[in-house]
Amino acid sequence: MESTNFLWDLFGRNVWTVLAVISLPLLFVLVYALIAILAELKISAWIQERLGPMRTGPWGILQPVAEVIKLLQKEDITPDQSSKLLYNLAPFIIFTGAYAAFAVIPFSSAFVPAGIDVGLFYVFAIGSISAMGIVMGGWASNNKYSLMGAMRSISQLISYEIPAAMAILSVVVLTSSMNMQEISSMQSGGFWNWFIFGGPGGWSKLWVIPFTIGLTIIYFIASLAETNRVPFDIPEGESELVAGFHTEYSGMKFAMFFFAEYANMFVVSAILTTIFLGGWNSPFGDFLQGPWWGVFWFILKSFFIVLLQIWIRWTLPRFRVDQLMHVGWKVLLPLSFVCFVAISLFAMLN
Amino acid sequence: MFEYFKNIWSGFTTALHGMAITSSHIFAKSVTIQYPDEKLTLPSNARNRLQLEMSRCNACNSCAVACPVNCITVEGTRVSPDDPQQDVHWDGKPRKMWVTRYEIDFAKCCFCGLCQSACPTDAIKHTVEYEYSEYDRNKLLYKFQTLSPAEAEEKKRLLAEFRAKEKEKECSSTAGKAHEAKE
Repeated sequence: MESTNFLWDLFGRNVWTVLAVISLPLLFVLVYALIAILAELKISAWIQERLGPMRTGPWGILQPVAEVIKLLQKEDITPDQSSKLLYNLAPFIIFTGAYAAFAVIPFSSAFVPAGIDVGLFYVFAIGSISAMGIVMGGWASNNKYSLMGAMRSISQLISYEIPAAMAILSVVVLTSSMNMQEISSMQSGGFWNWFIFGGPGGWSKLWVIPFTIGLTIIYFIASLAETNRVPFDIPEGESELVAGFHTEYSGMKFAMFFFAEYANMFVVSAILTTIFLGGWNSPFGDFLQGPWWGVFWFILKSFFIVLLQIWIRWTLPRFRVDQLMHVGWKVLLPLSFVCFVAISLFAMLN
Repeated sequence: MFEYFKNIWSGFTTALHGMAITSSHIFAKSVTIQYPDEKLTLPSNARNRLQLEMSRCNACNSCAVACPVNCITVEGTRVSPDDPQQDVHWDGKPRKMWVTRYEIDFAKCCFCGLCQSACPTDAIKHTVEYEYSEYDRNKLLYKFQTLSPAEAEEKKRLLAEFRAKEKEKECSSTAGKAHEAKE
């Protein structure tokens, strides 16, 4: 394996560096989750012409910290008739699924926790583990709302995994690689080489650009559905199902679900950034290009996608179940097939 | 087929349109008023805590009668002419009634404003003061009388003495008249 991890170059491969490599993304997720929660609170408030939290710290920036402390103090309730083992295991499985995806996310040209060659495949496989956690949590709670939320979540996940997979597959066709680090390095040299604009190539790529842009949008919509966010939040629609699959969870276990949702948001944004928006590449060629600037560009782009998700959440109302299925199977799937065929044709002719 | 693409296009563009609308609201001025730090100025006819002006009140009991929730208690006693302490109203006219008790229970008050309109002398009025919540409900019983209970008893005694004296005088005079008439 080529050197894609600066920690191994610096300190060699031993137990401590492995631990550091494992915990570095965790540290990042913790800080990111606090920022994302604050962004969610503030942007929702501004869209509704409110101020949002203003009392905890200057302009309320300590509000997410206060909420985490509050959740830590809350009583941990386990329903009497629930299946105890599954009930207690579910939040950890969901968070494991969300966090395991960070293993292959290339934060910079010099840092990816595990630079494996089947990165994209791995992300998709791991993404389904959180679905397992949702079913476990919903079923074990012994609550009709939880069970219905879990069922809806699974049907939604199955419907939207396919267009997302088609979008990723198209990029794999273009790059002939599933290694996310390689896909990132292929897109260097300015935003014109990003896969949202057809990837590197001459003027002959012009006719494929509408299809790649379409695939980016399709992947983004599918990723919204995968992370159970509005307008695809029918698994946890408050007005219908109380809180969906995590109705019965309280305290720290609820915090784990919450945390996993935000981690998942970042994972799908990071994948979108890596495969379509150039990963850690600077949008201006060699300007501000480098391992450290790579971290900056990667987090900036990913966070922009996260903000886009938050923005959409506070704009659109929730889909009905039949509308959700209509969009998934009758719109996104055929369109992604068409785009896939077009891109395959392009890759073949090139 | 055309309809299908038209639907997709309109779904996509309307979502973008909605996002344009919400983004314009992000930069609009917030409508929030951060209450303890900034307060709205209430209109001068706002109906909040009641205030009694003792120099106008003549214990006529109209407010207590008008009150739909019986939160006002008024007791008065006439001023004895022999009283060494004589008071005047705000307009300089002599006071004829001592207000021995004037209590408003704000735990009951419903801020209807009927007492204010019933008052013949404009003594009771709603103010714009609304921050007077208490931890103890009994603290909401406001006592507006200026006389202490001992003083109130004194005024009642003075009036009773004066009345008794009057009656005695009347009795003796009527007895005298009767005597004259007989003769």
